[in-house]
Amino acid sequence: MQVVWDYRMLLLQGVWITIQVTVTATMLAIVLSLLAGLARQSNVWLLRTPATVYVELFRGTSLLAQLFWMFFVLPAFGVSMTPLLCGVLAIGLCNGAYGSEIVRGALRSVAREQREAAIALNFNRFQAFRIVVLPQAARIMTPLFGNLAIEVMKASSLVSLITLPDLTFQARNINLVHVVTAPVLIVVLLIYFAIALVISGGTRGVEHALAKGRDRLAA
Amino acid sequence: MEFSFALVWEILPQLLLATIVTVEATMVGFVLSLVFGAVLVTLMRTPSRPVRALARFVMEFFRATPLLAQLYFLFFVLPSAGIVLSPFVTGVIALGLHYGAYAAEAYRAGLESVPKGQWEAALSLNYTKLRTYLSVVLPQALPPVVPALGNIAIAMVKDTAILSAITVTELMFVANEIGSERFQYTEPVTAAAVIYLVLSLVATALIHLIDKRFRPEEAPA
Amino acid sequence: MTPIIKFEGVTKRFGQTVVLNNFDFIVAQGEKVVLIGPSGSGKSTLLRVLMTLERIDSGMVMVDGEALWFVRKGVDVEPVTESHLRHMRAKVGMVFQQFNLFPHMTALQNVASGPRYVMKKSKAEAEALAESLLRKVGLGDKLASYPARLSGGQQQRVAIARALALEPKVMLFDEVTSALDPELVGEVLDVMRALSSERALTMLIVTHQMGVARALADRVCFFEKGMMVEEGPPEQVIDDPVNPRTQSFLRAVKLT
Repeated sequence: MQVVWDYRMLLLQGVWITIQVTVTATMLAIVLSLLAGLARQSNVWLLRTPATVYVELFRGTSLLAQLFWMFFVLPAFGVSMTPLLCGVLAIGLCNGAYGSEIVRGALRSVAREQREAAIALNFNRFQAFRIVVLPQAARIMTPLFGNLAIEVMKASSLVSLITLPDLTFQARNINLVHVVTAPVLIVVLLIYFAIALVISGGTRGVEHALAKGRDRLAA
Repeated sequence: MEFSFALVWEILPQLLLATIVTVEATMVGFVLSLVFGAVLVTLMRTPSRPVRALARFVMEFFRATPLLAQLYFLFFVLPSAGIVLSPFVTGVIALGLHYGAYAAEAYRAGLESVPKGQWEAALSLNYTKLRTYLSVVLPQALPPVVPALGNIAIAMVKDTAILSAITVTELMFVANEIGSERFQYTEPVTAAAVIYLVLSLVATALIHLIDKRFRPEEAPA
Repeated sequence: MTPIIKFEGVTKRFGQTVVLNNFDFIVAQGEKVVLIGPSGSGKSTLLRVLMTLERIDSGMVMVDGEALWFVRKGVDVEPVTESHLRHMRAKVGMVFQQFNLFPHMTALQNVASGPRYVMKKSKAEAEALAESLLRKVGLGDKLASYPARLSGGQQQRVAIARALALEPKVMLFDEVTSALDPELVGEVLDVMRALSSERALTMLIVTHQMGVARALADRVCFFEKGMMVEEGPPEQVIDDPVNPRTQSFLRAVKLT
């Protein structure tokens, strides 16, 4: 464990980068999920087709390939980004594509009868969506977005391969200079696990807030 | 900046050779994950409470931590414990463990989807536990699991790229190597991305077929 | 008698199946009409057409003197705009078999949602109206309850209040007691009976329960295969039907 203590500052810096990438890429992924998920449900093909292409492209190719493409190839076309921006963008784009399926599924899971009730109450389409469909879909989406955030956190480890000194990067470097390596890697894995626990705890909090007494006994 | 198809043509043989490694890693990793998942889900259903809790923790832990970090763990720690494996073997073990946790979760959902009445019917017929699993529970639990296992396979195709970090000479590693040798990343990395796209499309189609085959005539209720 | 609802030669198909076959139908303002008949006979479709949940294939539907879905153009019909549909929906309210309450809103919020979002009343005004309606249906003590915590009968009473809150001229009831346990039918029926004393309100009620028909109907219509086979006052159609199809249907219903 001495090794871990000796390198605590490096590891903490790594954690900080991991958290930064995770938080920003998760936000990007959720925004993209909502946009792409809604666009794919649209009747307008000018919205639907680009969204479908985006989703299929980013789900079909390896995240690491996307990351390398942005890091190594884009500069050749004159687009240079910092490794941090590159990582956030690639991870956000890729997971946004996965997340759009969450949004699509959640919107579909709101029963047809609920939409009919909205029509019978003479809501317009936007009202039906905002007042009836979205709140019910949000409740379904929340835990799934929580899982998405954990996937993003795991994916953030790949930024170590484009020179960003995150937690995994530090773990690897410490291992390259030391022989006794198990403790460092175990601690690193535990840190990731702890972050995942925080994410799922936070998700449950949001779920609870959205449930708003609905499942509790009426007084 | 131009995209040179001539260069793509030139490096294609190397990339395709590497693709074979990618496919091999996926297949071996997938089989390992099916087995490891089955072991985990069995442990999660044993009478012993500590064993169940431990299996559950292993599943959660493997799913909640990055594959790359798990890969480094095996790659750096196993040799110091005297176990020396090739990068390829280390890589597929990591894939098998990581995705085995996902497979366990899929199996668990499948088993829980079998209604309680089915267990009770088997009990009333005085089936043994093994007979109940083989004749009643698994035939009902497995078909709905097929799509989930398929998604694992598709995810694994793409995650084999991560094995490049421990010098497994799969597609991403070779593409990168070509890039750094020639100071020309555009063609190899783009070509690799396209190959991944083709692989995952093929895998998706394959899984669709298997899923159909697995339940040819779902009797309407 | 002023007709408030008029079907003229309406045909509605689902694929190959004809659910309304060149159908003519007139309902007077304030009339309480009960529609009975085997499932698939087209009676629920009639309500769903009035609520604009289904389109028709040909013919003409008038509500309150205005064409609903389509306007006549020669023999053909053509669709109308969304804003016209919304104008027409304001005249009609509907209560569903499965209640279809919004699960994420309390009883009060469910009932207040129409006045608030559609009639653009203030929150306080909408809630005051919702509260008085919920008291009227006997649920003054359940304002803050979510649907999951209410019995089927209570949910259906909330649904009736929710539809009434928009002050429709026509109320449609689609098998509203069919999903309820027998002991809960009475409370919903009481609410509907009280409602039926309102002269101006037109009610169209689809049901399988002859008790409901007897209690509420000015007129009972028997449907079969997209056609109205027999109609008349309840004591005639239910107790002394002329048509052999009506007779055999009623025999089957009375056995259950």
